[in-house]
Amino acid sequence: MTMTITHHPDVSTLMCCSAGSQPEACAAVIASHLAVCPQCRAEVRRMQKIGVALFEKLEPESVAVPPPVVKLRAAEADDVETSKPCVLSAGEIPQFLVSCVGPCLDGMTWEPVARGIWTHAIALSPGACGDLRLLKVAPGGSFPEHGHVGWELTLVLRGSYSDEFGTFLAGDVADLDEDARHHPVACPNAGCICLMASEHKPPLFGGADRQK
Amino acid sequence: MADLLQRVAANGDVEAFKALFEAYAPRVKSYMLRQGADAATAEELAQETLLAVWRKAALYSDEKGSATTWIFTIARNLRIDRLRKEVVWQPLPENNDERPSEDPSPEEDLSERERAERVRAMLSELPPDQSEVVNLAFIEGLSHSEIATRLDLPLGTVKSRMRLAYQKIRDALEDLR
Repeated sequence: MTMTITHHPDVSTLMCCSAGSQPEACAAVIASHLAVCPQCRAEVRRMQKIGVALFEKLEPESVAVPPPVVKLRAAEADDVETSKPCVLSAGEIPQFLVSCVGPCLDGMTWEPVARGIWTHAIALSPGACGDLRLLKVAPGGSFPEHGHVGWELTLVLRGSYSDEFGTFLAGDVADLDEDARHHPVACPNAGCICLMASEHKPPLFGGADRQK
Repeated sequence: MADLLQRVAANGDVEAFKALFEAYAPRVKSYMLRQGADAATAEELAQETLLAVWRKAALYSDEKGSATTWIFTIARNLRIDRLRKEVVWQPLPENNDERPSEDPSPEEDLSERERAERVRAMLSELPPDQSEVVNLAFIEGLSHSEIATRLDLPLGTVKSRMRLAYQKIRDALEDLR
């Protein structure tokens, strides 16, 4: 299965991700995009060299403790199985989100938000700032035109939507700044399901989240 | 260094592990301190990083990047997990790299060492304002918003400095065919 991805995260967002300094919600969206985007994977691979070069330049600090005593590796080795690459295909949930939301977009529970709009909030670590959720919009459904109080990252998982910035298909990411305004409309045939991270919980979802 | 890691990977070589510890633990400690850990925690995390290297060594292969890249990534992820207590969404680099690159880039032929050298050189030539944001992101672990607050700059300025810095590094890698 191939995806034609035309909208990628901003380079600065990928850098933050490579540095490991991005907020957790943002990391979840970027990791899901990387799983399907070889181009951005290649960028992140280049960016990683920045981190490594800076790491190498750090002044070493003397370590008082001796090396930990290690035994034969076989006894302590991590289960290699835990590190399978994550795979995402159109209409499916990124592997590492399965534990939060279940394996199938069709089998999930959705909270109605407004006419033709549903959401499923995903819990973040305690103390993590930001908001992460799945969003389902009925065919042809739309949001009123709105701005943003902070950053917002949206990855299309199924269907598509269009706004002032273009048409976003499965695998595409919209990386919006706080000054961006848009009026997204879901695909008239397929509707749209997205994974969305934002700096602050969008007011629209205030009443919908039972678990938050 | 890759050699030491290979010995740990292939044979569970305890002597090679000790040498890796001596070589990397002090720098990992330094990294953790810069990320805001106190001295005791930084030392603990340096130990844990190297223990993770020991446990995960079987996953390492030198085709997947330098030993330093691999160890740095483990340290970075441990920092997210332990200092920030957040979920690490990014897999180790080899998980992203194990499929053959579907978009062969011009620099694919360059040796790893040459590329690292280029990146180091370009980083030292960055204008101070760009170098500062890159350091804050990669070494101090600050998000764009945190950098903006720290430097009292608009978020857009932080992002554009990051972009400019990366563009230079990317160009430096590309014109070295």
